[in-house]
Amino acid sequence: MTADLRAYTTELTGHGGDPIEVYAAVPEADGPHGSVVVIHHMPGFDEQTKEIVRKFAAFGYAAAMPNLYSREAPGASADDAAAAARALGGVPDPRLVGDVDAVASFLRSRPGSNGKVGVIGYCSGGRQSVLAACSLELDAAVDCYGAFVVVNPPAEHTLKVTALTEILPNLSCPMLGLFGAEDQYPSPEQTAQLAGALAAHDKSFEHHTFEGAGHAFFAVERPSYRPDAAVAGWTLIWDFFGRHLA
Amino acid sequence: MCTYNTETLSLTGSAKGAVGWFHATSASVYFDHPVHHGAGHALMIDVLNRDQGASARVGLELDAHSARELAEAILRTLDAVPEGLLEH
Repeated sequence: MTADLRAYTTELTGHGGDPIEVYAAVPEADGPHGSVVVIHHMPGFDEQTKEIVRKFAAFGYAAAMPNLYSREAPGASADDAAAAARALGGVPDPRLVGDVDAVASFLRSRPGSNGKVGVIGYCSGGRQSVLAACSLELDAAVDCYGAFVVVNPPAEHTLKVTALTEILPNLSCPMLGLFGAEDQYPSPEQTAQLAGALAAHDKSFEHHTFEGAGHAFFAVERPSYRPDAAVAGWTLIWDFFGRHLA
Repeated sequence: MCTYNTETLSLTGSAKGAVGWFHATSASVYFDHPVHHGAGHALMIDVLNRDQGASARVGLELDAHSARELAEAILRTLDAVPEGLLEH
């Protein structure tokens, strides 16, 4: 499917009433269509992740991505903004949830929306996708190789994020997890641990671990890109969102 | 993975980046996904002046071997400075 689309940058009111930059791509067709909040990876609000936003619109979803570093570096290039945010300690979890909530509300209220909103994130955004789905009422969530979901980072790490184990019982929607067998963050053992925890709470969690792939196998511009895993992963995403957001 | 781990330090000096020369006041050092270097991870150094905005930055992305070579070269250079020239 390749739908005509319109992509644009706008501003929304995010967590704490702060203005946040948002990149959106929506199908030209009137709808009804489901919606997807895209959470960028730690390198930021970059061209590669904007391309993913457009890909969702091309496949018939209204998609939008908050610039999680809007506050630290308004108007800066993605790499400078990521560096500034990192130097200031990164994105606090409550702020991430508030910003995703703002974007989800924006998408849900758009003309043509069918009222259903999912979330997807890559790398650090994978963990944040789980965080959002355990904190907000959403319709589907995809975690692409998010680390530190069931284990805490090593104690010497200076940027403090914590495992999400305690809030997993609050998962509000079905979740899809896509992982690489050669990844250690998260490792296949951690993925199994996540699956076990969600099963214990009677949560729907479909997960796939691709052989021959490590971390960031979706990232087409990086040496970690694994086309077989990425193509299969995208097929699983379309099937999953098709069942839960269409 | 995104390592999240970041060393930050204050420093005194100058750096030249996209905005030209600026007074450098801090630096971040971390091992994470590079923006430009063609590897999954790299040793990253950002030399910053936060008061002048996010663009007041010089960024380095080095493979681990190069980063160690650079660090050792800096230390060797400082160790070889003739007595009396180091102000601090």
